[in-house]
Amino acid sequence: MKQTWVKPFLTPHRMGGMNKFGAVRAQNHQSDLDGVEIAPLLEKYGSPLFIVSEKTLRDNVRRLRRAFATRWPKVRHGWSYKTNYLAAICNVLHQEGSWAEVVSEFEYRKARANGVPGSRIIFNGPWKPNDILELAAQEGATIHLDHLDELYALEQVACKLGKQVPVGIRLNFDTGYTDSWSRFGFNLESGAAKDAVQRIAASPWLKLTGLHSHIGTFVLDVRAYAAQIRIMTDFMEQVERDTGCVIGYLDIGGGFASRNALQGMYLPPDQIVPSFEQYAEAICGTLMEATQGRVAAGKPLPTLILETGRAVVDDAEILVTTVVGGKRLPDGRRGAILDAGLNLLFTAFWYNHEVKPLRPLNGIAEETVLYGPLCMNIDVVRASIMLPPLNVGESLVIRPVGAYNNTQWMQFIQRRPAVVMVTQNGDVAVIRASEQLEDVSGLEQVPQALQVPFPQGLPA
Amino acid sequence: MNGQAVEFPKQALLTRLALSDSGFVFDPVTGNSFTVNTSGLSILRLLQKTEDWTDIIATLQADFEVSYSVAERDVLEFATALRSAFK
Ligand SMILES: Cc1ncc(COP(=O)(O)O)c(C=O)c1O
Repeated sequence: MKQTWVKPFLTPHRMGGMNKFGAVRAQNHQSDLDGVEIAPLLEKYGSPLFIVSEKTLRDNVRRLRRAFATRWPKVRHGWSYKTNYLAAICNVLHQEGSWAEVVSEFEYRKARANGVPGSRIIFNGPWKPNDILELAAQEGATIHLDHLDELYALEQVACKLGKQVPVGIRLNFDTGYTDSWSRFGFNLESGAAKDAVQRIAASPWLKLTGLHSHIGTFVLDVRAYAAQIRIMTDFMEQVERDTGCVIGYLDIGGGFASRNALQGMYLPPDQIVPSFEQYAEAICGTLMEATQGRVAAGKPLPTLILETGRAVVDDAEILVTTVVGGKRLPDGRRGAILDAGLNLLFTAFWYNHEVKPLRPLNGIAEETVLYGPLCMNIDVVRASIMLPPLNVGESLVIRPVGAYNNTQWMQFIQRRPAVVMVTQNGDVAVIRASEQLEDVSGLEQVPQALQVPFPQGLPA
Repeated sequence: MNGQAVEFPKQALLTRLALSDSGFVFDPVTGNSFTVNTSGLSILRLLQKTEDWTDIIATLQADFEVSYSVAERDVLEFATALRSAFK
């Protein structure tokens, strides 16, 4: 009997040997998502294909809520739309009780179109055009001021509407653990935040009811959040003392890390990414300490608002891609060309995603570069990964990809593929159809004189 | 496909390699060692005897379940790997 053919390869033995983790990882494969076989989905919807697990998404947000609600009496989650604003994903989270956290006019309207009332929207971001600010004020959204011009603009809106508008302000400060995102909100150390509070207190049209800050993203050290809580609660006490206002909530933004491998991170994510419980312990423990005197003083315990994005959605989505070509690079490494690249996987800029074949592959793993399909040098999905030889047509599962890819992907060189969801009952639903040429060119308009490419006949 | 155009490392260099059935390849001159898979090992063994392209592909097709074009493509690519390994 003839033997099965596996692409020939030869790997030099280098000092230090082959990457044993890579080899072990490459032996794994993933052929299904929540029990639904992936290969038939590729047949039906084409490759590449994004697949969302409704079950994982719900499990994640429930775990988040449980971790905090068992440690603090009043907890609210605002779904960070920019992390993934596909309507089906947003509505899964809304069904779980999450509000919408939006950062632009577009996102505000998207949340409204999803059926979220203004009163369940948290409105952040550095640019809130006047008409949407007015709508948000009218509809009772939770508005967080980013800068002084916005403060004045909202004051005018409130005056025009003839009602006092409750507001929060976004703060930035140095926690000692993360780089301060000082471009957003009012700085605490410089006194700008205090000035803004005084200005709001002096206005008959505005009423300060909450404080917001977002200290960064993929924050691995839970002590950063403890520091954030201490700083925010100190400021809360100070502004209440100074202006007589009552702070009803502290919104601590997002930033919890997901189980993904940041480039340059040496340990696997499972070993260094804190659990929701660990974040909650640090945050609620500090909050408890810092607010001990409040009830006795007749003041409310603030509601704790979380805007967790990536840690909720990242591992609820995979991208399935297919090998379209292979080559041997001049330096001896193997290169594989995939039908999905940075156009779909923006996060490949900073993550080393996990990559698994759809079925067990024969052959010994060797160092491979995974390229995307773009005719661009930067289009690299993984710069180095140990994988067995890959034939054309072999499919790979890339994960986790749920955060920031379906919003930051771009229609560049290629069309964007379908996104499907494996529902809780095991059905598969398309939640975004694959883009067609007409979807892209339909918005274009060609002046009369430019309707034909070669009016004088074909060029030589 | 004209086999003459494909450049493999010099035959003298390939014949000196010690090949084991397990896929361990040892170059006694440089001291370098390598791992090859089954098909790679077959190709190396063939190359120690012949440089005839048609022979090589035909033998591979006799031993493996593989089409002419896939074998040709993969051997071409393997030649690149051999050239960079045995200079
Ligand atoms: C204001 C605000 N809230 C929430 C988030 C979500 O962050 P993450 O996905 O890191 O949880 C961001 C992200 O940058 C943000 O800017």
